[in-house]
Amino acid sequence: MTHLDEEQLTLAYYGEVDAECMRHLEECGECRLRHERIKTALDNFPDFPVPERNDAYGREVWNRLLPQLAAKPRRSWLNWWTMTPVLASLIAIAFFAGMLAQRNRQIPGISAEARERVLLMAMSDHLERSEILLVELAHAVPGENELKMERALARSLVTENRLLRETARSAGDEPRAALLDDLERVLVAVANGPAGENPADLDALKARIQSNDLLFKVRVMSANTLQEGRKL
Amino acid sequence: MEWTDSAAAEQARQGDQRAFGVLVERHSRSVFRLAFRMTQNEQDAEDLVQETFLKAYKQLHRFDGRSAFGTWLYRIAANCSLDLIRARKNRRERQTTLTSETTDWLDRVAAPDPSPERLARSGQVASLLKPALAQLTELERTAFVLRHYEGRGIEEIAGVLGVQTNAAKHSVFRAVQKLRRALEPVAQVAP
Ligand SMILES: [Zn+2]
Repeated sequence: MTHLDEEQLTLAYYGEVDAECMRHLEECGECRLRHERIKTALDNFPDFPVPERNDAYGREVWNRLLPQLAAKPRRSWLNWWTMTPVLASLIAIAFFAGMLAQRNRQIPGISAEARERVLLMAMSDHLERSEILLVELAHAVPGENELKMERALARSLVTENRLLRETARSAGDEPRAALLDDLERVLVAVANGPAGENPADLDALKARIQSNDLLFKVRVMSANTLQEGRKL
Repeated sequence: MEWTDSAAAEQARQGDQRAFGVLVERHSRSVFRLAFRMTQNEQDAEDLVQETFLKAYKQLHRFDGRSAFGTWLYRIAANCSLDLIRARKNRRERQTTLTSETTDWLDRVAAPDPSPERLARSGQVASLLKPALAQLTELERTAFVLRHYEGRGIEEIAGVLGVQTNAAKHSVFRAVQKLRRALEPVAQVAP
């Protein structure tokens, strides 16, 4: 028999070759040497770091799962939970904006860090829901629905967006303010725009979302903001 | 009472939600591990755990008990993960061409702070592993993750991927070659 090739030597490491190959490997010093090299490499292969899940994890999964077992599948990602946090965010933003207006006066009990954390969390929440809206729109099919949910969500996001944009700008956070500017233009267009049955309108909207990689930027900023907020 | 997997699956099939709960609690961690290894993303993995059990629940009537419940579930999890990876890839391909303006923007907003351990050698290898895995085709990556990290047999992997055994073997081999090359600068794994 001829010598084993790289593929056979590699698969032998996993025990995925036939008896004939294994026999050759035992008898042929040259192949054994090459196999040893591969074995060393694969033995030393970096371990895949998987986040830990403790003993209670199974129960947590089950608790999350249980309410869904009877429920019907969702039409889309746009459902109640995309709509509800708006209020909470608005309160947080109003709170923060108020703080900012009197930033020179020290408010006892609330640290600057706590305030910033609230803002960042509200911001990341806002960006996340904006992302969902943009994804929904990017996949919307003309005439399939009237984009009612999308428009309602856009309307609530517009108000929130304006507050956040102003807050970011007055805090000197230009990258975020600029992104929120871009986002606001699209949100306003969706909120005021005609219903989704006109393909041309929808296409124009999609083009708008795609220009400047808006969705991508929102996604990155959302992740960054969340991370920053968690660090505080 | 301690149910065996097959007894619990049988009970669940007859409509006993509690029995299904036992299976969920028992297998959640291994499903999470697989999903994380497949997607390399914690949130995606969490979503996939939910999706896997939801699908399993809906398809319980198809589970005939000939294979172990764990194996059956595993196949569902692997397929869900694969679907997600494919969907992501399609979406990425539709919008991969970043303008230079966006790249600049990224440079401005991204401010990574290297922690000491990230600079350590083991950290370096681990941080190289992710992009290295990302370079593989989805077939290669799945086959490799299932074979190398999850210890699954080639037959099963071929079944999950819906390919011939030889194709699965070849994918594992290609993955090993590419990864050894990618990790060469920092690890003793070079070809
Ligand atoms: Zn030989």
